Amino acid sequence: MNETSEHTDLNRREFLTRSAATAGVALAPGVMLYSVAQARPADEPVSSAVRWGLLIDSNKCASGCSDCVSACERENGWGTGSTDETHSDATQKAQWIRKVEVKNTETGHAFTLPMMCQHCENPPCADVCPTGASFRRDDGIVLVDKHICIGCRYCMMACPYKARSFVHETLTDQKPYAPRGKGTVEACTLCVHRVDAGDSPACVEACTAENHNAMLFGDLNDPESPIAKTVATYATTQIRADLNLNPGVRYQGI
Amino acid sequence: MTCFANLKRSLTVLATVALLGASAPGGAADSGIPMPSFMEPQGTQCVEDTDFMRRNHMEVILDHRDKTMHEGIRTKKHSLKECINCHAADYQGDEKAREQHFCVSCHQYTAAQPDCFQCHSLKPEQPGAAR
Amino acid sequence: MKHITYRELPGRSGYYGLLGALALVVLMGFGAFLFMEHHGHYVTGMNNQVVWGTPHVFAVFLIVAASGVLNMASIGSVFGKSMYKPLGRMAGLLAITLLMGGLTVLVLDLGHPDRLIVAMTHYNFKSIFAWNIFLYTGFMAIVAVYLWSMMERRMNPYSKPMGFLAFVWRLMLTTGTGSIFGFLVARQGYDAAVMAPMFIAMSFSFGLAIFLLVLRAMEGGFGWELGGMALKRYKNLLGVFIAATLYFVALMHLTNLYATEHHGVEAFILMNGGIYTFLFWVGFVLVGSLLPLGLLYHPATGGSRTWIVVASVLVLVGALALVYVIIIGGQAYPLVLFPGMEVSSSFNDGVVNSYAPSLPEVVLGVGGIALALALAMVAMRVLRFIPETMSDEAMQQYLEASKH
Ligand code: SF4
Ligand code: SF4
Repeated sequence: MNETSEHTDLNRREFLTRSAATAGVALAPGVMLYSVAQARPADEPVSSAVRWGLLIDSNKCASGCSDCVSACERENGWGTGSTDETHSDATQKAQWIRKVEVKNTETGHAFTLPMMCQHCENPPCADVCPTGASFRRDDGIVLVDKHICIGCRYCMMACPYKARSFVHETLTDQKPYAPRGKGTVEACTLCVHRVDAGDSPACVEACTAENHNAMLFGDLNDPESPIAKTVATYATTQIRADLNLNPGVRYQGI
Repeated sequence: MTCFANLKRSLTVLATVALLGASAPGGAADSGIPMPSFMEPQGTQCVEDTDFMRRNHMEVILDHRDKTMHEGIRTKKHSLKECINCHAADYQGDEKAREQHFCVSCHQYTAAQPDCFQCHSLKPEQPGAAR
Repeated sequence: MKHITYRELPGRSGYYGLLGALALVVLMGFGAFLFMEHHGHYVTGMNNQVVWGTPHVFAVFLIVAASGVLNMASIGSVFGKSMYKPLGRMAGLLAITLLMGGLTVLVLDLGHPDRLIVAMTHYNFKSIFAWNIFLYTGFMAIVAVYLWSMMERRMNPYSKPMGFLAFVWRLMLTTGTGSIFGFLVARQGYDAAVMAPMFIAMSFSFGLAIFLLVLRAMEGGFGWELGGMALKRYKNLLGVFIAATLYFVALMHLTNLYATEHHGVEAFILMNGGIYTFLFWVGFVLVGSLLPLGLLYHPATGGSRTWIVVASVLVLVGALALVYVIIIGGQAYPLVLFPGMEVSSSFNDGVVNSYAPSLPEVVLGVGGIALALALAMVAMRVLRFIPETMSDEAMQQYLEASKH
């Protein structure tokens, strides 16, 4: 999106938010995003008619590739995407998304996948949060309201996916649309600021732009959306399905 | 954002607003009261009346913050991000320039300590950047 | 001594010396808090894998002990055991101050301690944490009224029902504290229903050990008299509580061994967890349970005041070790995302998470203990919490009198 000037960028977004665009959006020549089911006007609250989801095909996800991770770092200003967190050690630095390498020791079958907040329908993080700072938006995106987060880290104890990070030091190099700060807990927001503007998350965009096409974003509630169709056609997996959390992030090929 | 902090802030702001009001017509030089120095906003008119905003901008922003956070309402009016976009220049890490930051300099002047900027960027969105 | 007469702690130089020393430790704890708050949690050993560290060990230890200490009062007024009645006031007081100490540590470790008001104005009623806030404040209020009912003659008739309420409340409180961990279904180390009763058993023994030490300190430091008769009862009771704790801990591990999904974490804690295995077997089982049991019941040591003190100290060392194993050992064991698979990532997936306590964390925790003791000392100086004497003679008279 770098090549678009601010002006055209705005126009495109304006167009998206004004019209209920259902068609794909050309990002770059040859790269189409079919993620946007209904772009919502800026003044309209999110509704549970939409359930945002992410489908990750591990078969298409290359071991060693971390394009999605770097895209998230750049987009949300953590890791290499920011000059902050110089004091925290490797175990203290935030990681919103990470690549996990998995190997079945018996068969030798190995695969890799990106792991991030799974945007659970029944999020344990929100259940345990004493102040209600952890919450699920009506459209299924799980967020931390950092204004009322007291930094108790109980949500981190409760999350089965280790999706959350605590900020261990003062930050100054935040992105305007991705606030984050010392003493609060954070996690993947599913790029809520982009989704609200009618775009797909940065990781998905990067994966698609590099032609890996391992990530599919969209509305699970819209039977016409590519993600809903794929989920209806092929076997997909929820990680730790035994916990009945019904995550919005699903996997294929694991 | 505690009630106490709110109260304390409201009091200091009220006091300052009174001072500013008293000294505004004649300028700082007349009354001998030092004024915060900050860069001029880029627009010509704030989204609300200036007087109203001096006293109530925090309530306005607070209200909008909860709507954005929980309901995903992203109208530009009353959005903190847009305050910054209009009021602040990109100070590019230059400490001198940072002191001219509209929000920072006035908060410093009024001894208000909002914790907004622990998390929110003080820099305006950069045109042409990744976004 | 038909009626027990109560008095304040004498304000001798020993009193002020001890209080001063405690105040110094409290100040150091506060300094540790300011240091952590200023820099952020990177100065601690805590990280994104082990998110609760030493402060939480101390806080949970103090909170659990607080509810346990109250038993001494309950045994007296609810279960009518006269031998325990004279200590009811002190027990109630210590319960409140220990809880205050524990909560202070917990709050000062928050990422945003400045938002305490937020925690009190925004409640998520689904959260066991939010429930605990009610349980804790309720506990302090109820015990305060209970104390009042014991100390104010006109209120005396209410002391029994209040004592009963306090007893029930403390059971709920400990259950609530245990449930903070018990409800974490995602973590293999915690997901156990027996967590709550285990915490209750723990509270009995931690609380009594602290109580015994306080009594001995008053005896040694202020010439207050505690007869052998009472002491013997208390130390025997401590033995029973130690055994009960041991039993529930064993029960938890046995039930976990029954469920296949917990085998990994059990093997980790019990066999190959390095420091955690060591702390469990040597710290809790040997030093914190078997050794004090031996000391309390062996004829050669069981009658000696010194050895009873040693045994109580060992119980507390074992208590800290046990809480450390539960809280930190439970987090050190990796989360299982893909059962039976080998996983690796940049975020410590599939490996044992490292944690080493840092100095500020320990100082903050110890500061909490000092705060609890200092508050108790101040209260005992101003109000009449201490029975005049508990010498054998006086107790004999008192027991006789209460029979009629
Ligand atoms: S993955 Fe973790 S952080 Fe995300 S919604 Fe589920 S429990 Fe919460
Ligand atoms: S750290 Fe923040 S978001 Fe997490 S449980 Fe505590 S208050 Fe809630």
